[in-house]
Amino acid sequence: MSEKKLAIIATKGTLDWAYPPFILASTAAALGYETQIFFTFYGLQLLKKNMNLAVSPLGNPGMPMPMAMDKWFPVIGTAIPGMQAIMTSMMKAKMKKKGVASVEDLRSLCVEAEVKLVACQMTVDLFDMSSDEFIDGIDYAGAATFFEFAGESDINLFV
Amino acid sequence: MTEFNQKLDASGLNCPLPILKARKQLNSLETGEVLYVVATDSGSVKDFDAFCKQTGHNLLDSSEADGKYHYYIKKA
Repeated sequence: MSEKKLAIIATKGTLDWAYPPFILASTAAALGYETQIFFTFYGLQLLKKNMNLAVSPLGNPGMPMPMAMDKWFPVIGTAIPGMQAIMTSMMKAKMKKKGVASVEDLRSLCVEAEVKLVACQMTVDLFDMSSDEFIDGIDYAGAATFFEFAGESDINLFV
Repeated sequence: MTEFNQKLDASGLNCPLPILKARKQLNSLETGEVLYVVATDSGSVKDFDAFCKQTGHNLLDSSEADGKYHYYIKKA
């Protein structure tokens, strides 16, 4: 099999949006793709040693809510203090029950499969983040580096 | 019953874990050896077919019985 390449840009830092980049990258690696993920803006949260990701029902009409809360308290219901924490723990419990891997596990599988993880240096600086906060073995680079890989990739995804 | 060299029980696991675990275990097999995978994820039927097509491994048999999915993969 000739080696195909997949380039992904990860820009979201919530629990739900952490899944697509890691699921696609780990699966692509299993299929023999050489894979790279470029993390920028809120996507940098996915490179933290301690991810502590949350999912918010606020401003997300597509999110299923327990007890039809979204119908009884539209918007207001999702803005109740503590709702984000509740929805996050419910989502995590549901994922565990359904045999969905944790984000941490999927990220480890990516690292194990030699998916290259690149942090956008500009946004790391912008948010005053430090490399101490991130997992080891990642690269720090900019847009030109992304294009070096993306330009010769078969698939490019923006998440 | 198809003969196999190793077995992987991926019951209860969801996409993409059955594929990832199968891939990992296939790495430890010799060419021509067979991995038998059991899964409960209904999406894995198309996924194992696609996985084998793309990696060149030979999907000898794919079947469903009592809510479980059975795959026999011959390593290429």
